[in-house]
Amino acid sequence: MIAPLYKPASAGPLGGTQGMVLYLEAITVRFDGFKALDALTLYIEIGELRCIIGPNGAGKTTMMDVITGKTRPDSGTAWFGQSIDLLACTEPQIAQAGIGRKFQKPTIFEQHSVFENLELAMAGNKSVWRSLFGGITPAQREKIEASLETIRLADRRFDRAGALSHGQKQWLEIGMLLMQEPQLLLIDEPVAGMTPQETERTAELLVSLAGRHSVVVVEHDMDFVRSIARRVTVLHEGRVLSEGSIDAVQADPKVIEVYLGQ
Amino acid sequence: MAALIDRLQAALRRDTGPVLFLLVLAAAAVLVPLLYFLVPEGSALHLSGYTVTLVAKYMSYAILAMAVDLIWGYCGILSLGHGAFFALGGYAMGMYLMRAIGSRGVYGDPVLPDFMVFLNWKELPWFWYGFDHLWFALLMVLAVPGLLALVFGYFAFRSRVSGVYLSIITQALTYALMLAFFRNDMGFGGNNGFTDFKDIAGFSLQAPATRVVLFLCTAFALAGSYLLCRFVVSSRAGRVIQAVRDAENRARFLGYRVEYYKLWVFVLSALLAAVAGALYVPQIGIINPSEFSPANSIEIVIWVAIGGRGTLYGAAAGAVFVNYAKTFFTAALPSFWLYALGTLFIVVTLFLPRGIVGALSAMAARGGLRRRVAS
Repeated sequence: MIAPLYKPASAGPLGGTQGMVLYLEAITVRFDGFKALDALTLYIEIGELRCIIGPNGAGKTTMMDVITGKTRPDSGTAWFGQSIDLLACTEPQIAQAGIGRKFQKPTIFEQHSVFENLELAMAGNKSVWRSLFGGITPAQREKIEASLETIRLADRRFDRAGALSHGQKQWLEIGMLLMQEPQLLLIDEPVAGMTPQETERTAELLVSLAGRHSVVVVEHDMDFVRSIARRVTVLHEGRVLSEGSIDAVQADPKVIEVYLGQ
Repeated sequence: MAALIDRLQAALRRDTGPVLFLLVLAAAAVLVPLLYFLVPEGSALHLSGYTVTLVAKYMSYAILAMAVDLIWGYCGILSLGHGAFFALGGYAMGMYLMRAIGSRGVYGDPVLPDFMVFLNWKELPWFWYGFDHLWFALLMVLAVPGLLALVFGYFAFRSRVSGVYLSIITQALTYALMLAFFRNDMGFGGNNGFTDFKDIAGFSLQAPATRVVLFLCTAFALAGSYLLCRFVVSSRAGRVIQAVRDAENRARFLGYRVEYYKLWVFVLSALLAAVAGALYVPQIGIINPSEFSPANSIEIVIWVAIGGRGTLYGAAAGAVFVNYAKTFFTAALPSFWLYALGTLFIVVTLFLPRGIVGALSAMAARGGLRRRVAS
């Protein structure tokens, strides 16, 4: 399991601060000489809802890959809270430690029912032995029911997940993340392909999650970002271009230049 | 009340496959020995000893097909090397049967099997020790293929080898074993393999009673394998392996150690294949390196595809159906068998993607719908 490693006090300008859930410092990822991330430094506060925007190739997905253990950076440090060194963990360890990730394309288990999808995602012992002989406790069943309500799929619980609409699949995946009881949720383009009503309900859902969880949303839809974000980070060419409120960011000449071109 | 009955009927419709499968199996286990022993020989209903053994052979193939269905149909790992585990189980059993011959061999050596005497060997190689005991051989039937699957699977899954690459290395595995077992100095009888078995646990293999007992053992093993596989796939672990099949990354990012799940299913599947091989050898009376041939392993996959993967009993039905067709064709039109198999495989892949069982249950579901609409 995860060794209780302690973050050295000297690391980073915010070293020693409580209240941060994620520290990324000077993360660099190279793909064949191309720098997907270029000394990226980013902090996420506990309970914060942060939006990350940026043009294609800005490094948004690579950043998520680094945080979840899919990609190992060439240099830099990544800490989850004060004690977990993300660069020393495997993907399942990171997931178990409390980071949930929603993929850009809704990724659910299409052959399983909605209920089973949530059951599989539930936090707990995920060893082969336990899943072979373990059952569901009433408390766990209640938790699944509560999640079904939250993502508004209670009446579809026995349906095959593959039969859900695109927007419902997106919600189911968010519901699966919630079953993991993560401290940090990474959500990649949650409203891509959603109807305006679905988008609005997704915004409500994400806003209601902030506070209990830290939420990082990568999104292109600026109206959606405006409707949920208190704080926005703009990535460009693998580094942070600008950070602040949505109005401040949109007024930033650097951002205007990147988005509107020279 | 009406709703309840409807639910019950629906459940029965969904689940007729498993019940039907176990009923057919039980009927075969009762009827085959009865028709063999009690019906007099001249009668049309009499079954010959050859037929009893033939049915047992189909059953051992059904276990093998189920093993492949578990790993391929449920976990999405297309193993094209399961023949290797079957053959290793068979060889372990064969080693016992060879040593059980004792001094009744052609050369009359009390310890050395004939082929060793022929090769001028003076003493038994160390890895033949212990095979004079049936219990030891049975242990090895499981231990050797299980260990091979564990080591092979550990490295393959840890390096995240998957898809067609994994299929290719499983082919390479069985091919390499075939070449190795063909060599005389490996100590497994070279290309002749093992044959001329006399008895098992002191009972003559030619005796009708032994034949029937082995037949019954195979039927029980098939039923047991089915129930075991069914338990596995309906547990949460079973849902996890299907989740790995459908969205491996999602499972990994939910915190499942995908490699361990794959490894565990792979080993379990290899063990089932090995049991099938160990049941096959004493009844068929021969094991040689051709059992390792890559084509054999591919044929198993064809049985599963034709029967219908992801149902377990479909795989068993496919194995029996294809092998019955093979028995028929190779007797009636020997040169046509491979064409028939190829055609069958193409037709099933194109028109019945879920195999014969999948097509039948889809038909039944449509029938049920029509009845409900009509009423």
